[in-house]
Amino acid sequence: MSNRLQPILPEHDTQEFWDGAKAGELRYQTCDACKGVVFTPRSHCTECGSTKLTTRASKGLGTVYTYSVVRQNRSPAFADLGAYAVAYVDLDEGFRMLTGIVGVGDPTKEVKIGMRVQVEFEPQDSGEYPVPVFRPA
Amino acid sequence: MATQERAAAIVGIHEWPKRLDPGVSALQIKAQSIGRALEDAGLSWKDVDGLYDAGEGEGGGGLGLAPYLGIKPKVIDTTSVGGTSYEFHAAHAMRDIAAGRCNVAVLSYGSKAASQRIPIGTGGPRAGGSWQSNMENPYGTTLIANYAMVAHRHMHEYGTTTEQLAEISMATRAHAMRNPQAVQAMQDLNFADIREITIDDVVQSRMLADPLHLLECCMVSDGGGAIVIASKDVVKGTKKPPVWLIGSGEATAYKTNSNDITTSAGAQSAPVAFGQAGVKPSEIDIAMIYDSFTITVAVMLEDLGFCKKGAVGEYLKGGRLRWDNPDGPALNTDGGGLSSNHPGMRGIFLLLESARQLRGESTSQVAGAKLAVAHGNGGLLGATHCGGTVILAAD
Repeated sequence: MSNRLQPILPEHDTQEFWDGAKAGELRYQTCDACKGVVFTPRSHCTECGSTKLTTRASKGLGTVYTYSVVRQNRSPAFADLGAYAVAYVDLDEGFRMLTGIVGVGDPTKEVKIGMRVQVEFEPQDSGEYPVPVFRPA
Repeated sequence: MATQERAAAIVGIHEWPKRLDPGVSALQIKAQSIGRALEDAGLSWKDVDGLYDAGEGEGGGGLGLAPYLGIKPKVIDTTSVGGTSYEFHAAHAMRDIAAGRCNVAVLSYGSKAASQRIPIGTGGPRAGGSWQSNMENPYGTTLIANYAMVAHRHMHEYGTTTEQLAEISMATRAHAMRNPQAVQAMQDLNFADIREITIDDVVQSRMLADPLHLLECCMVSDGGGAIVIASKDVVKGTKKPPVWLIGSGEATAYKTNSNDITTSAGAQSAPVAFGQAGVKPSEIDIAMIYDSFTITVAVMLEDLGFCKKGAVGEYLKGGRLRWDNPDGPALNTDGGGLSSNHPGMRGIFLLLESARQLRGESTSQVAGAKLAVAHGNGGLLGATHCGGTVILAAD
């Protein structure tokens, strides 16, 4: 189990994403007008400004674009994780997400740029929203 | 060198000498620094008609600083873009003075980050409940981790190594050892080894967020300072040689679904600044580049045009950026944020040391220095940040 910080909701842009996490879905948006991919969630398209967006569920497969292993964080919420990996993951549907990489023995050695990863919804000790993180696919 | 418009110049400067100073407030640092910078210029409190402030320091900003100082400026600019706010302020002062909106502009900075034990690099999450924080806070990305992710990608794409990046730490420490205020700072802030450092020192220092080591990270200090920028008419009556502001550029960069994380906002701001100034990077004597971390400088050397994207590792080799090496510009000759002064928003010190160099007053003085670039980074490299570039010229 984990004790990550929870999103603070309600919040207009990100509510639907976190409702998705609760339902086991990794949600992103596409623009009906220009077909652009919108992430993180907003009420307008960042390519063309249209407000006609469709929310979709990702397959949750992607590639690590870059990462770091955090050795020191003074926030108590992360004390129990030890050294942990944070990363940008490029999802196959065309969006890039800040996330954590789990399911590796030693993150300082086993996380690599370019590695394929799969989403999982990590339950939290306190708080109702599971956090979407990634493990090696 | 092209002939630039010379409408505004830095005429007064002051850097707060202490880096651990429990006996003053951030606002006192600002106000007293302004007083000393005006004295340095030979101007008075009543001459100030332009106020530029990032709003930091216990209640500054548009509604806070003017009444505290006791002035009634004609121009009030409260641009707040993190550590590079001061490059933006200088750019705006230059523009406002050229347009005749004000004649004597002041910029100031004050911070108590060290004595208040603020963990800037490894601290907690941003305030919750926003479109950004709700997507970031659950992952525990410290400030350093954002920069570290840039470093990893740069290493992956271009083969850059820690040994190469260490040259940045080494050059700034060499400069710091020549600056008595920086040496005092390292003593006051309990640095373990106050001496010049080697590649091995950097590589063997503690890892904070892979691949960034302790000696690749800036200090957390108290401090501040002030700058007086005046119109060419006012310049005629000031005490010290003017340092002309001849070009500026501003930009922002942020995560998208496909951005190149190894390219900063500087790639957009620098060409504008160099273009306005009519000078080339190869003509620059002094490179004051925001050294929050080694990777920040590395990326910006590329983005400012000192070398090609991806080539910085080779470029750095052999102490190229030391004050006494003629092969490249001298980098952060005050000792930088790495080894002299980083109270959280370092941008003002980039302008201060540029001015000292172009006046001939640096502790690592480059003989005959004529041109400097001050390039700041505010926010988080690798995520949302702003880049501000200012080109400065000796009289």
